[in-house]
Amino acid sequence: MERGTGTWTVKKGLAQMLKGGVIMDVVTPEHAKIAEEAGACAVMALERVPADIRAAGGVARMADPEIILRIMDAVSIPVMAKCRIGHFVEAQVLEALGVDYLDESEVLTPADEANHIWKHDFKVPFVCGCRDLGEALRRIAEGAAMIRTKGEAGTGNIVEAVRHMRAVQSEVRRIIHLPEDELAAAAKALGAPPELLHDVRKEGRLPVVNFAAGGVATPADAALMMQLGADGIFVGSGIFKAGQNEKTEIKKIEAQTRIAKAVVKATTHYQDAKILAEISRGLGEPMKGIEISTLKKEELLASRGW
Amino acid sequence: MLALQGDFAEHTDVVRRLGAEAIPVRLPQHLPGLHGLIIPGGESTTIVRLLDIFGLRQPILELAQRAAIFGTCAGMILLAKQATDLAQPTLGLIDIVVQRNAFGRQVDSFEAALPFKGLATPVQAVFIRAPLILKAGPAVEVLASLPDGTPVAARQGNILVAAFHPELTADTRVHGYFLGLAQESSRLC
Repeated sequence: MERGTGTWTVKKGLAQMLKGGVIMDVVTPEHAKIAEEAGACAVMALERVPADIRAAGGVARMADPEIILRIMDAVSIPVMAKCRIGHFVEAQVLEALGVDYLDESEVLTPADEANHIWKHDFKVPFVCGCRDLGEALRRIAEGAAMIRTKGEAGTGNIVEAVRHMRAVQSEVRRIIHLPEDELAAAAKALGAPPELLHDVRKEGRLPVVNFAAGGVATPADAALMMQLGADGIFVGSGIFKAGQNEKTEIKKIEAQTRIAKAVVKATTHYQDAKILAEISRGLGEPMKGIEISTLKKEELLASRGW
Repeated sequence: MLALQGDFAEHTDVVRRLGAEAIPVRLPQHLPGLHGLIIPGGESTTIVRLLDIFGLRQPILELAQRAAIFGTCAGMILLAKQATDLAQPTLGLIDIVVQRNAFGRQVDSFEAALPFKGLATPVQAVFIRAPLILKAGPAVEVLASLPDGTPVAARQGNILVAAFHPELTADTRVHGYFLGLAQESSRLC
């Protein structure tokens, strides 16, 4: 029997198994267990959640392998980790650790301003961020087996996530209705490979799974992104930056667990407003959040990568 | 189609291509009238939690009395009598013991052509962080195995399970086999 590992079907396939689920950022094994018990379909192992990366400043790099390995030991669900844009050696290290999915992420400080990683060289699958269809297809051409809209990580503000998801979805809808002889010009305008644009037109959707990320803080935010066409949800700071005004550590963890569970339920029942109303009740204080216009241009993470 | 989490849209596509009707099941009230239920691939811990939160466990056990049920990957774990390394009880509708993530992590996920009982040519079996069957009871018929003899697809009466994902390939034959079971169950009631 010939066993094909790291094939396109297998890479894309894991993302398909994550659909309708919530991937949560975690920084400790304890967080990872809370996420798993709340029903997360995977965790993203990090040294700091994006809100803290923002606050800390400096260069944000791949997490210490020690942290990642401890998180991998703590849970049975898939574990993802982030490497810097273009930093293919961080990617090699994370692959060697046995991480299940790599996020070549704008949340970390880019290592290469011209080139993203050539992801076809890896057995481990990659997820990459995008703001529009062209960016999504450029990443897929490099080998990304999953896409997420970027949003603006660490802000708890959904506005950029909505902007990016609407941009992707409305471009897909436009492409579906284009006559074949206009596809090449559309590909040129989008900066996207024409053959992938043909796939989009034929399938009526992106060729890989597309999650929403960057700003989800409440169950209603998650359901909003699902109704806009996301296949699933990444929650970063929205969970473990919630409950900051609780007086005890136990109360804080309880508040975070409540939000985590509610976001999972909202992602499944995103079309059922009655259930959404029920699960949104009495959750406590969500993360404070940042108004995007108060950020300086160089503080916007979504503009990293191209 | 159990539509709590996982690749239920892919299963829906295959079933519709075969000319059957498919509806998403998220709450107990979606179950009556079904002739078959597919529990998709996904994250078993997530699906089993949502199943209990939204009260689907008992209604699915009752549905199994009169309809066929097919589970792929996470779905197989849920249908098994016992699953290693899973905190919650499974549905226990087929007499098998399964091991979660039996092949290792994602870099060990693979695809391979495997013979499937009753089908003329092999199926392309896609294994993603897949479970495998450690033990199968006497009433269980093994339908596909790895070359080392490890069973990866099986059937007991109206319950069908596969460790791999026929919904990720263009080959509709395994789903066709399941729709046959569903039709049989609907005739019996």
